[in-house]
Amino acid sequence: MKRLLTSRETMLSGAILLLLALTASRFPGFIAPANLVAVFTDTSPLLILALGQTVVILTRCIDLSVAANLALSGMVCAMLNAAMPGIPVALILALAVLLGAVMGAINGALVWKLAIPPIVVTLGTMTIYRGIIFLISDGAWVNAHEMSAAFTGLPRARILGLPVLAWFGIASALLIWLMVTRTPLGRAFYAVGGNPHAAVYTGIDVGRTQFWAFTISGALAGLAGYLWVARYSVAYVDIAGGFELEVVAACVIGGISIAGGAGTILGTILGALFLGIIKNALPVVDVSPFWQMAISGAAIIIAVTLNTRSARAKGRIILRRAQAAQTEGAPA
Amino acid sequence: MSDMTARHLPDRLQSPAARLLQSWELLLLGLAIAIFIANSLASPYFLNAWNLSDATFNFTEKAMIAFAMALLIIAGEIDLSVAAIIALVSTAMGAAAAAGAGTPLLVLIGLGTGLACGAFNGLLVTRLGLPSIVVTIGTMSLFRGVSFIILGDGAYRSYPPEFAYFGQGYVGWVISFEFVLFGLCALAYYVLLHRTNFGRSVFAIGNNATAAQFSGIRVGRVKFMLFLLTGLMSGVAAICLTSRLGSTRPSIASGWELEVVTMVVLGGVSILGGSGSIPGVVIAAFVMGLVTFGLGLLNVPGIVMSIFIGLMLISVIAVPRLWRMWRG
Amino acid sequence: MQPSIASRDYAPQTADVPVLALSGITKSFPGVKALDGVSLELFPGQVTALIGENGAGKSTIVKTLTGIYQPDAGEIRVAGKPVRFASAQDAARAGITAIHQETVLFDELTVAENIFIGHAPRGRFGMIDWAEMRRRARDILARIDAELDPDTPLRDLGIASKHLVAIARALSVDARVVVMDEPTAALSHKEIEELYELVDRLKSEGRAILFISHKFDEIFRIADRYTVFRDGAHVGSGLMADVDEADLVRMMVGRDVDQIFPDRVKSPGEEVLKVVGYAHPTEFDDIGFSLRRGEILGVYGLVGAGRSEVMQALFGITRPSKGAVKIDGAIKVIRSPADAVANGIVYVPEDRGKQGAVIGMPIFQNVTLPSLSQTSHRGFLRLAEEFALARRYTERLDLRAAALDQDVGNLSGGNQQKVVIAKWLATQPKVIILDEPTKGIDIGSKAAVHAFMAELAAEGLAVIMVSSEIPEVLGMSDRVIVMREGLIAAELEGDALTPETLVRHAAGIGEDRP
Repeated sequence: MKRLLTSRETMLSGAILLLLALTASRFPGFIAPANLVAVFTDTSPLLILALGQTVVILTRCIDLSVAANLALSGMVCAMLNAAMPGIPVALILALAVLLGAVMGAINGALVWKLAIPPIVVTLGTMTIYRGIIFLISDGAWVNAHEMSAAFTGLPRARILGLPVLAWFGIASALLIWLMVTRTPLGRAFYAVGGNPHAAVYTGIDVGRTQFWAFTISGALAGLAGYLWVARYSVAYVDIAGGFELEVVAACVIGGISIAGGAGTILGTILGALFLGIIKNALPVVDVSPFWQMAISGAAIIIAVTLNTRSARAKGRIILRRAQAAQTEGAPA
Repeated sequence: MSDMTARHLPDRLQSPAARLLQSWELLLLGLAIAIFIANSLASPYFLNAWNLSDATFNFTEKAMIAFAMALLIIAGEIDLSVAAIIALVSTAMGAAAAAGAGTPLLVLIGLGTGLACGAFNGLLVTRLGLPSIVVTIGTMSLFRGVSFIILGDGAYRSYPPEFAYFGQGYVGWVISFEFVLFGLCALAYYVLLHRTNFGRSVFAIGNNATAAQFSGIRVGRVKFMLFLLTGLMSGVAAICLTSRLGSTRPSIASGWELEVVTMVVLGGVSILGGSGSIPGVVIAAFVMGLVTFGLGLLNVPGIVMSIFIGLMLISVIAVPRLWRMWRG
Repeated sequence: MQPSIASRDYAPQTADVPVLALSGITKSFPGVKALDGVSLELFPGQVTALIGENGAGKSTIVKTLTGIYQPDAGEIRVAGKPVRFASAQDAARAGITAIHQETVLFDELTVAENIFIGHAPRGRFGMIDWAEMRRRARDILARIDAELDPDTPLRDLGIASKHLVAIARALSVDARVVVMDEPTAALSHKEIEELYELVDRLKSEGRAILFISHKFDEIFRIADRYTVFRDGAHVGSGLMADVDEADLVRMMVGRDVDQIFPDRVKSPGEEVLKVVGYAHPTEFDDIGFSLRRGEILGVYGLVGAGRSEVMQALFGITRPSKGAVKIDGAIKVIRSPADAVANGIVYVPEDRGKQGAVIGMPIFQNVTLPSLSQTSHRGFLRLAEEFALARRYTERLDLRAAALDQDVGNLSGGNQQKVVIAKWLATQPKVIILDEPTKGIDIGSKAAVHAFMAELAAEGLAVIMVSSEIPEVLGMSDRVIVMREGLIAAELEGDALTPETLVRHAAGIGEDRP
């Protein structure tokens, strides 16, 4: 019980409720269902990327190329749609996921086969993927009028009152949650990040597991790429610039340990929602949106401080009285 | 055991010269020269003293941060907030200048703000034991965020005329003040890292922080100093950049943190800590500057040049490994 | 047998046909031939003890037969059929399972998952069947009488419970071969007895067991056969009934050995270190002792008795909550290793690779690391003086290396230990604490370390030696402190210093527990 109350997820849920309550006290309309749906929808791209990043961080890696991957996938979708409006949106969507997965797999292969530190690999591919957008687009924008109605309409179409964009967020969260809790690969993510040395002893290939994590992260970035471009009806080189760090921030706030092997998908969802709510709440309570950056920075620092505090090793317990004290305090 | 016949141990297996011949720095120097020659052949405007002098501004400010960052990365930490520190420092100076502060005071405020930011990072990492990559992703948002709160979409432009010297002044002929400062910093950091006890403890910490601590090195204090230095150098870079641009916006120097890290890694510093050199970073700075400048002369846009930088970053590690796999 | 763990009919069941046979196994690493054409046979229903010194190739053969290493040459046969293991999962599928020396477990996963990771029961769509996994985990845990909840995250368990999980994991596959790599090293007396019972049960079920241990009493207690390795080669195997301890030792070291310890003239000088009422919230309490110049103080106890913890507090790694340290009669506050070194206390840690040598740095830089103020001038390095200082102490210790700028990582364990000791001698300390100074080093280096300790004491240095090896404790110490569960159980000297008294006090035999 104590564990449940002090868990990261509970504390974060509390913080989110507090945030909603504070906002509602100034502007009750904020917690109207329609507005909450809008907030969730707005947060969905962040959520989708954060889910992929979570998987990568669980394996003790980091993927700084997700925003560039999103932008490149989005640009390819937009250009394809502009050039050949007849291609069904479903096909474009599949292509975006595939393209994203390939970019993720390139990261993963460099980490797996050449053992290059993930931060270096993704720092490099981040600039390369961004550069490629410029090469293929010549720096030009793809604007709303060049895109087909079907292309831009999908994310906004509503099913059961929720925009498709939000459904994609929900579906991704469910899928990734199922994967990490119910599949051998998902549990391998935890094993590889928690104790890579031991993972080898249980027959888990560390590099290959990391490769799959990057591929999944890439596929989700590709998906988000189409959704982003279609939703905002514009594609250019710099879309989602710097977004990779916001994605990492969502994970950190959600309690995903940067050292790997610890954290839950629920945490990531809450971390993304926390950032999304702040972003949407600031304008309605008359705080300049320029505060958003500083607040999320402070949130990251507070979150990681709390994480590290709770995870700090308590030292060996050798003395009998200390052992007795521990047994008493432990949950039955 | 002193009565046993002691075996004489030579100091070195290889002479320092032999080591140099196999070093990463030499390879990088070769690359720099090749790029230089290629550039001179590709564009008639390249071999012009004023053009070359202008080109140095592409890297001097970033390189000054890169020196401190190199030490930090060798010690096994990282600071991703450097560009955000520039924004905050620049904003602080802009506000002071708007309130009528003179150039000496502006410099003091700049260096002081940089040090304060570095101290904040350092305290979070060494006192609370937090991972530096997360802390500085956080402070990166925090520092730049404060800048945004203060400035919004506005800008500071009213700097005193003398303030322009740091980023626009020339010591003599085509030699800019910034270039001289870059040279002095390179020398200072070379001595600090390779010729002092402090530098030795930086290497020891990066190779094995626990064993360093068990050898009596005050690991936390050294790391804290390194964060301070990184903050200070970001302050110095902010003074130069603000002076050169003559204005401050909160988006100033955005994305620089990654360019600085790239410069350090390209210079042969191991991202995992424990090894690297200042000469390597100096040459890497020139390589990045030359690529940017040369491609710029050929009207290749900046974003495409970043592809080259990204490819270089990966290939400097990948190529030797592929070579070994292919041979062995 | 519990129905949940299906028993295969192992054919052939006769005890003299090996279920697992390795022959001609060779495995090299850069610079070392770890195994050179070794063979090993394991028989159903029998315990085979694998005996050898550290570095004889025991861990390498374990990693080879569990699929973690692939041999360069040689053949592995399971029930007569040649096999190849590409990974640990292949070996597990062939019914070979191991309880490794290191904890091969995952703190963030639950007990059940730790037992089944790599071969979790699957349900629909290849998803992990959590209910089935819990049920099976409960069965296995009941089988070894472990009262653990399968859903507890492993990080909430103590060391002994984690060990039970490791055993449960080994039993989770229907193993025909169970490898136990020093399984009793971290266990208490009672837990060891329980492990022996488990071994007997596994034997009676017809499983073959490979048992690796340094403890001869337990080898003679439970093993049916033995195999001895020396320097990566197979030197003998047979039935335990045909050999005695001396035979095995002779095979292990290649000659007759009575461990010979240096003769020492005991002439302790004035008191240099006094520890009074030292305490820590969870690690130790009420620690007090004194140490004189020229004295060697042994500190004996079981693994996990708090010996290293006390020493690391003295060295400033952890902070005690109470108590005082006097050096040369004056109270000193030691907050960090730097303080300790400044006060003349130095510590040679047990974990050389992590805490002792700075792997990746050259020998001379390792040696001068704590003495840089001696060799430098106003904070600037002077390489010539560094080389001179490093040479003085490494040559005195007869370091075997190619040059002083060689990476310490390329040295053998014994020579790395010499570098660490040289590092501390260069600071000219008053008290040197050696934590398991001869653990994992070859017999030649061992004798050299012993001789050197005696020499240091003769020169007036005060030495504290933490050791778990009884002959070493008896052979080297002037006085011995025995620790148990974070407390000093006894201080022994002279005639009271016998193997029996050491063991009795360390294990708390014949005493009433509070």
